[in-house]
Amino acid sequence: MIKLLNVRKGFNLGRPNEFVAVDGVTLSMEANRVTVLKGPSGSGKTTLLSLIGCMARPTSGRIILQRGLPREYLFPNGGDTTEVEVTSLPERFLTEIRRRTFGFIFQQFNLLKGITVLENVMLPAFPLGEKHGVVKKRALALLEMFGLSGRALAKVEWLSGGEAQRVAIARALMNNPPVIIADEPTAHLDSKLSSAFMEIIARLKDQGKTAIIASHDPLVFEAKMVDRVISVRDGMLEGDTA
Amino acid sequence: MARWIEKYRSILDFTLSSLVRRKGKNLSLLVVYVLVVFMLGSAMFLTEAMKREASLVLKGAPEMVIQRLLQGRYDPIPMSYLEKIRGIRGVISAEPRLWGYIYDSAIGANYTLMVPRNVALPSGEIMIGNGISRRRMIYSKDMMSFNLSNGSSRVFTVRDVISPESELVSADLVLLSEGDFREIFELPSTHATDLVVKIRNPKELVTVAKKVMELLPDTRPIIRDEMVRTYDSVFDWRGGIVTVLLMMALLAFVILAWEKASGLSADEKREIGILKAIGWETSDVIAVKAYEGLLISFFSFTVGILLAYGHVFFFSAALFAPAMKGWSVLYPDFRITPFVDPYQVAVLFFLTVVPYTVATIVPSWRAAIVDPDSVMRS
Amino acid sequence: MNRQIPPKKNGGSRFPARKSRPCLFLLGAGVLLLGLIFTHAHVRRHSDISSIHRLATVVEKLELTDLALFTEARYTRHPSQADLYSAFQDHPTSLEHFPMGSIAAPSAALRRLHGKVD
Repeated sequence: MIKLLNVRKGFNLGRPNEFVAVDGVTLSMEANRVTVLKGPSGSGKTTLLSLIGCMARPTSGRIILQRGLPREYLFPNGGDTTEVEVTSLPERFLTEIRRRTFGFIFQQFNLLKGITVLENVMLPAFPLGEKHGVVKKRALALLEMFGLSGRALAKVEWLSGGEAQRVAIARALMNNPPVIIADEPTAHLDSKLSSAFMEIIARLKDQGKTAIIASHDPLVFEAKMVDRVISVRDGMLEGDTA
Repeated sequence: MARWIEKYRSILDFTLSSLVRRKGKNLSLLVVYVLVVFMLGSAMFLTEAMKREASLVLKGAPEMVIQRLLQGRYDPIPMSYLEKIRGIRGVISAEPRLWGYIYDSAIGANYTLMVPRNVALPSGEIMIGNGISRRRMIYSKDMMSFNLSNGSSRVFTVRDVISPESELVSADLVLLSEGDFREIFELPSTHATDLVVKIRNPKELVTVAKKVMELLPDTRPIIRDEMVRTYDSVFDWRGGIVTVLLMMALLAFVILAWEKASGLSADEKREIGILKAIGWETSDVIAVKAYEGLLISFFSFTVGILLAYGHVFFFSAALFAPAMKGWSVLYPDFRITPFVDPYQVAVLFFLTVVPYTVATIVPSWRAAIVDPDSVMRS
Repeated sequence: MNRQIPPKKNGGSRFPARKSRPCLFLLGAGVLLLGLIFTHAHVRRHSDISSIHRLATVVEKLELTDLALFTEARYTRHPSQADLYSAFQDHPTSLEHFPMGSIAAPSAALRRLHGKVD
């Protein structure tokens, strides 16, 4: 469903501090699978993740989203192919595809301080212009699902680490994306919470979601619900269990 | 359309949550901002209203006053000039005016003594302005004495107090008979203070004024338009205290704008990065900042203007009274009629709302065009 | 740890209403009040105009030339009658040493007309 063809991403090109984070990666990933990108820090797995998630454009190479994604996500305004090359899309469409296709969970959770849990979860839906009542109901349902109903009106800085993590997941699921992308989600969690996180990922997989996780935590890449582990080093693929 | 409204309303919701977060900072900003608008608005309302009122009131002023200049100051004018002026073509009448100032050491105030040509007052009786009456607590039938030029003093009976309604023009007036006036100042009957001239055709005013100056080179004609224009410039918004206020306000704005434009805090930048990462477009982020700027400046403007309006027109510009009164002992008690110039209000609106909003948007613009993956990289 | 939030009154929902609602309400109220300023000004001008006309009548009857606003000195009591060389007109742009001078600028109109005479 997601194909990368000879993708390369460099930073500060042409300057003395230039470096290539992703160097000629060709990869294809299936829908409804849990894939882990494994590698030491600085291996380029985060960059690879942001390329897959349409957050950044590759310096060269192509990224193609294809069949397996519901059509209405790819072509909200109608379209006649089921394959779209995201690398050539203008910024506006890229944002549109990104927010309908991917839900992101960041290493630091990146919740907005000072506003409530509920508002944090609702945030990704705001630019879509859905009815406020509908958005709120969906956000509350998500919080309910993660056992956070009682915390809806709490400010995020009052949350425990585990709660913050679940709020971050709820926010990632807000626009009901088919793909969840997580960058080092367990980096700030103890073993118990890390396992809990993987349980949630398993649940989401059962619901038909696809998960792509970058991690060097054995608790993640050794978990039983993981379908495929791809090792990355120095911006290149090193190993693949698939 | 509904979607579009819902989107921007949701963004407004978020903006408000975001503003509430920095309650202290935004409230103090609002207070400073309201104060600036209040001061500027008050000065603007006051000067505009006084200017317009003066021009309406002075419509009744003499068409032309002729003074005599001696050693660069005005001096009693010989009555013999009257005939020469009456001979000028276009002049209907020329009459002497008798008025002068007298200092009352009892309250340390200056009064304007004046002989009304249209009111016959018997010798020994005066009419006083309500300002004097209030200040000296002298009323109808009371006695009041003045020091004469020769050192002796004379007692007068107050015949009446001039209607308080006309205080704006009569607060410090003492009306008396011609004989008493000449006695107090030892002014010989060959001279008057100045002359008032009536002219057949108002268009000929300037021509007549020129003729007077040709005929009587030591005189200085003052036409009614100039009197009105004097108040135009006295209450010019570019003049005096308004300029000082404007400077202060501008300075405050520069400081605010500088504080804003010198960049967002690391926290704010991170937040913008997060919003971008969860799917907000650059324009959505800028909309938040635009709302922020517009809300703060609009509410400051509205509250400031409302307070200024109340201050000037309900409380007679009480805060400016010390400056208006200056060292005057007598000050008229009057209600300011609200002449409001919508153009000036609009100018103040744009001067306050636009720069602040721009200063809010511009720095966030730079932050908002970051790549959405920046939060992942940091 | 889970602190239960007590139910709020609005519509039985325990969640506060959207923040934009009071904000939009206040915005509307602000615009309305600004409009009210002009209405109030209009109404009061209407009721004051007759007393202003009466003032003009007094001015006409007594042949007055100035407002009795600043009584501190002769050239501030009658700025339109002040001679060209009195203080406050020492220099065309000087500010007067009396406090009222911070409000009143020298009259440009006077200076202009009498440029010929000086």
